[in-house]
Amino acid sequence: MIMRNVMLEIRDLHVAVVAADGAREILRGIELNVKAGEVHAIMGPNGSGKSTLSHVLAGRPGYAITHGSITFMGEDLTALEPEARAAKGIFLGFQYPVEIPGVATMTFLKNAINAQRKARSEPELDAMGVMKLVQGEAARLKISADMLKRPLNVGFSGGEKKRNEILQMAVLQPRLAILDETDSGLDVDALRLVGEGVSALRAPDRAMIVITHYQRLLTHIVPDFVHVLAQGKIVRSGGKELADELDRAGYGGLIHEPA
Amino acid sequence: MSARQETIDAASAVGDSYKHGFVTDIDSEFAPKGLNEDIVRFISAKKGEPEWMLAWRLRAYRRWLTMQEPQWAKVDFPKIDYQDAYYYAAPKGYSAQPKSLDEIDPELLRTYEKLGIPLSEQKLLAGVAVDAVFDSVSVATTFKGKLEEAGVIFCSFSEAVREHPELVRKYLGTVVPYADNFHAALNAAVFSDGTFVYIPEGVRCPMELSTYFRINAANTGQFERTLIIADKGSYVSYLEGCTAPMRDENQLHAAVVELITLDDAEIKYSTVQNWYPGDKNGLGGIYNFVTKRGACRGRNSKISWTQVETGSAITWKYPSCILQGDNSVGEFYSIAITNNRQQADTGTKMIHLGNNTSSRIVAKGISAGASQSTYRGLVSIHPKASGARNHTQCDSLLIGDKCSANTVPYIEVRNSGAQVEHEATTSKLSEDQLFYCRQRGMDAETAVALLVNGFCREVLQHLPMEFAVEAQKLVGISLEGSVG
Repeated sequence: MIMRNVMLEIRDLHVAVVAADGAREILRGIELNVKAGEVHAIMGPNGSGKSTLSHVLAGRPGYAITHGSITFMGEDLTALEPEARAAKGIFLGFQYPVEIPGVATMTFLKNAINAQRKARSEPELDAMGVMKLVQGEAARLKISADMLKRPLNVGFSGGEKKRNEILQMAVLQPRLAILDETDSGLDVDALRLVGEGVSALRAPDRAMIVITHYQRLLTHIVPDFVHVLAQGKIVRSGGKELADELDRAGYGGLIHEPA
Repeated sequence: MSARQETIDAASAVGDSYKHGFVTDIDSEFAPKGLNEDIVRFISAKKGEPEWMLAWRLRAYRRWLTMQEPQWAKVDFPKIDYQDAYYYAAPKGYSAQPKSLDEIDPELLRTYEKLGIPLSEQKLLAGVAVDAVFDSVSVATTFKGKLEEAGVIFCSFSEAVREHPELVRKYLGTVVPYADNFHAALNAAVFSDGTFVYIPEGVRCPMELSTYFRINAANTGQFERTLIIADKGSYVSYLEGCTAPMRDENQLHAAVVELITLDDAEIKYSTVQNWYPGDKNGLGGIYNFVTKRGACRGRNSKISWTQVETGSAITWKYPSCILQGDNSVGEFYSIAITNNRQQADTGTKMIHLGNNTSSRIVAKGISAGASQSTYRGLVSIHPKASGARNHTQCDSLLIGDKCSANTVPYIEVRNSGAQVEHEATTSKLSEDQLFYCRQRGMDAETAVALLVNGFCREVLQHLPMEFAVEAQKLVGISLEGSVG
């Protein structure tokens, strides 16, 4: 049952954000186990540390791990550069996908795919191979050929940006996908499209961490576990019914404001 | 982990990535060191030049003695001792006439092969003719036969002086007079070779023409002249590339390029300049002081400059257009990349004289390391130029926080009907963009190359197809070590 082994193990993780005026602790002792095939939702109010967690997992500069560990597939993740983590199969769907002027989605993805393949000592794909792969996945997400030629995320609507993130995820086939507020800025139709796109990518050898403020995304991507993050800690964990409870009752009952 | 300062420094310490820094070991013949009238006569005699050519050189030399180096550019370098250099260096036996390919020293062929410019016609990029200039002389010109069939003259400058004196005398110095500026006067006095092109009336040049400049000898300046004439209704696309060995001393490259288009003619002139930029501490490198100017003499004529400037310790260069003919069009598309201690002061002048003339300027400056990059441009609309239009767009991208970018646009409008637009932006390569690319698997250098190529795309797409790919790679290589 190798597939059910723990893929991601976070132990007593403390993280500070490094700023000009000193360091400020954001995460205060996160514990989390994620196994292959599982979908975990992390919910919580604004400022609870959800995005910080996703950034730290992806290796974004500017954070200091002051205590604790992150182990991914048996390896210390914190020692790896962001690109090495990507090559090992970590994908971050950005809350605010970044505009890349002058670089078409197709060109961007060709660079990304081949950088990862190279890091894994796999043969690189030629332009034709990349095109076939990307066009196939784009069709499933109702992304037009025209959009693939436009500079990545430049002038895209909120929905287009998020769909493009899912396209990148589909093409890159990660082992662990972290989706940071993928539902923000989406109307009902775009939400359904993105939700279905993500659900289609669920697989026994892939895990997902879905970070969201609202329950609505979780009607499309039904999680196996729901965790509530508040003030830098997971204060409650449960099954998918916890999301419904939060939707009705809000976060108020779970968070004790410091006196 | 980031583009923060310590990592920038650490990465730039990794060293030099210049790929063309080797020296060719070949017997060369030099003029005595220094500069005086005898040296001018020596060069002229080496070339077997007629009296009129020598007289022109001497007038230029005497004028140069009275002139001062331009001081207005935002570049900084120690005073140049013009007596401490060689003004002529040539592989032995190559002084007057480019050889046919089977007579060329195999060492020279290997040099060009290593540079990616095989001179054998079978191996050449299909449809590109090359004039190879090595130090002071042209060592080979390819595809001459095929071009002659079309009536196109494509030869070394020395050969043109001998074989086509009427054309040279008619056009030489008519766009950039020898008294134009200090560097142009020096060039006129001591220029040793270069390329001459004449496209006859109504001919569309059947292939791309190119000159590949290579400085090899130490302590030697390269002074070449290029003269391109596109007669009525003709078209030519021309490309030049430049490299030099890594040497600790600075070397001077003072070239002059003159372009002339008559009625309905068009010249597309592309440059990929990759002279040795010096090491990361600013030791060595080429001083690239170049005067390039085109005259749209005829109605409906067009001159389009595209330049990718990645090399040289100092670049001082303003490819310009004089729009004389009614409805003539001038274009300037530029990418200037500076890294480490490089300095670039580059831009263009668009001089509108004729009616309904139009010009377009797109300049992209990328500065990294401790370099500085300046766009300096002039758009001048003369009183009689009715209906003139210009659009200028200057974008600067900064990588790291020790470099600088400056934009100095001059706009002179003396005709109230003119339409002149100027847009400028300055941005930093953002940590967000870098992280986004790295999260998808690209290492920092791949990410920077991709982002900068995206930033330059509008200019890169004006390069001839064969060279656009090379230029894209060069953009990445010249920024190696700019982020960690």
